Amino acid sequence: MKKGIEVSIAASIAAKLARVEVIAAYPITPQTHIVEHLSEIVANGELDAVYINVESEHSAMSACCGSSAAGARTFTSTSAQGLELMHEILFIASGMRLPIVMATVNRALSSPLSIWGDHSDVMAARDSGWIMLFCENGQEVVDMIIMAFRIAEDRGVLLPVMVNLDGFSLSHVIEPIELPSQMMVDKFLPPYNPLYTLHPNKPVTMGAYAMPELYTEAKYAQEMAIINSKEVIKKAMDEFGKQFARQYKPVETYNTDNADFVFIALGSIGENIKTAIDELKEGGKNAGLVQLRLFRPFPSDELLSVLKDKKRIAVIERVMPAGAANGPLYQEIASLMCVHNMNVQMDNYIVGLGGRDVLPESFTDIFNGTAHEESTVPVRDKNFKVIGVRG
Amino acid sequence: MRQKSIELYTDNPEEEFAVSGHRACQGCAEILAVRLALKVFGKNTIIVMATGCMEIISTPLPTTNWTLPWIHVAFENAAAVASGIEGALRILMEKNKIPREDIRVVAMAGDGGTSDIGLQALSGALERGHKFTYMCLDNEAYMNTGIQRSSATPYGASTTTSPPGKKSIGQATWKKDMAKIAVAHNIPYVATACPSYPFDLFSKVKKARMAEGPSYLHILSVCPTGWRIPTDLAIEYGKLAVRTGVFPLYEVENGQYKITHSPEPLKSVKEYIKGQGRFKHLNDEQIAKIQERVTKEWANLKSRCELK
Repeated sequence: MKKGIEVSIAASIAAKLARVEVIAAYPITPQTHIVEHLSEIVANGELDAVYINVESEHSAMSACCGSSAAGARTFTSTSAQGLELMHEILFIASGMRLPIVMATVNRALSSPLSIWGDHSDVMAARDSGWIMLFCENGQEVVDMIIMAFRIAEDRGVLLPVMVNLDGFSLSHVIEPIELPSQMMVDKFLPPYNPLYTLHPNKPVTMGAYAMPELYTEAKYAQEMAIINSKEVIKKAMDEFGKQFARQYKPVETYNTDNADFVFIALGSIGENIKTAIDELKEGGKNAGLVQLRLFRPFPSDELLSVLKDKKRIAVIERVMPAGAANGPLYQEIASLMCVHNMNVQMDNYIVGLGGRDVLPESFTDIFNGTAHEESTVPVRDKNFKVIGVRG
Repeated sequence: MRQKSIELYTDNPEEEFAVSGHRACQGCAEILAVRLALKVFGKNTIIVMATGCMEIISTPLPTTNWTLPWIHVAFENAAAVASGIEGALRILMEKNKIPREDIRVVAMAGDGGTSDIGLQALSGALERGHKFTYMCLDNEAYMNTGIQRSSATPYGASTTTSPPGKKSIGQATWKKDMAKIAVAHNIPYVATACPSYPFDLFSKVKKARMAEGPSYLHILSVCPTGWRIPTDLAIEYGKLAVRTGVFPLYEVENGQYKITHSPEPLKSVKEYIKGQGRFKHLNDEQIAKIQERVTKEWANLKSRCELK
């Protein structure tokens, strides 16, 4: 049964349903409601867990590494500058193959200071070796957090997983969400059974340093692990679908079958794009939406099969690609197209930075080719346009 | 006279936890301090190590110097990683997922990893009251990266980033007092130690291990390479540091200060400074300034002990 609940609260309940054992977190807007509610859950004895009130996000991720290495199911959450402060340790968590799950409530980065949503934070961490999932709505946040543990802890994966949800526009809204029963979650998510732990009964050395003759091999093995995780992710999504009757795929589509034109986007903005697509459809025009639920590992094959017969692609991103030729998502898709000799018209639009509202009209304008005259600033020598910049 | 026997401090004195095969420099007092301390910590110990000499010499993949569970995450976070391990052990024992045992988590870091970059994580962990021991292995500079100054480098010392010159005496600030900073956190046990005084070290490690909460050990670890001394004199210089009052041996149990080895009458600081290449540029006036400071600090420490 669905009930109206704030998405952040639902996220914390999902962590509780996953029976997390250690939470180490530092408060940062707009992630705060998640950790506030989790600390309440622990304080009230509703969850057998240790909540470590660390003094920074750097220590949050460090404590998570320690607790995961010691064999406890570990959860944290952060946003923006907090993710940046964790940045160093993100790579170590993935390199040490620690199945930590983190809800990243996406927010713009300073400077200028902004507490509102965009994808600057997660894009700066995109190659940190974490599996990255993106959520469009609150139900997905709950489901992805539960799935994330199953994926992370799979013996064939053993990688940390980041569940991304947009700050405020998703984290702080109240939505009808179905919270699964503890029994159902327990059935789907077995207890964490780590391969190695820090325990005197069987001493292991973790995090040793590698000389040049071994570092490449270690990184290659890690790369293979994240590439191969895709099959486990798909399987987890399928089994989740069978058990909970909510089916997920690494790449989700909306009205793409009949459309030559598709938008590609990440996160909650998909809902506005869908509204624009519905409006266009009423006017007899067909546009589709391709949403990447999975961003790392990059779902190349799944994207190719959706994009192979498209004529125009508009890649929508919520990050300013400082000094780059294009946004990060565009670059990945463009390289995919290039490798597969696909000659498609591709445009790159930067929208919704620092919490700026993006209305469905922006997307109908993009489709109609009127965005350029009306509200779009092209950037000199660049192949992307920024929507809604005032002169 | 107190019987000096390692059996008083450990059940299994023969057992080694930091075994041979590591790559420590000749005469390294730091690996000695670790080896001795671990004999007292014993088998039920998990080691967390910050980036530094000890990590580099002990664990080049695929080899390891440790027979205890050991983890290295980064430079500045040994205390935070230890917090996570301690929390995990607590909940896993509570949930009967692992046997209930007395497992001590020991974080080790050098003076840079402690008094500079790791200070925040250490303060956080001490403040939160995790039951763990933090060992600062103080060799008074960033030795494994090539002898750069840290905030624990003593006044006047020459390092590669505090070189003496026409406008510089070398390290221009006084050594940061980490033990005092640890004491300010009101934790159950803080002590200074030096492997030149092994039985004093054993006694303190035992107390640190038994503490009901965080404990902090600040261990002077003479570094022949960085101090520019002959490799056979590490023990001797450790003794001189204590006998001159440069590095007093004391402990603070629940806020109560106690000098554990009184070197009075103090030897002249000059005896400690002479022969160390890192101080060879100092003139008599500069050495007198150091002597004045050491005398004052010793009196200050004694006055804190007299408050008991």
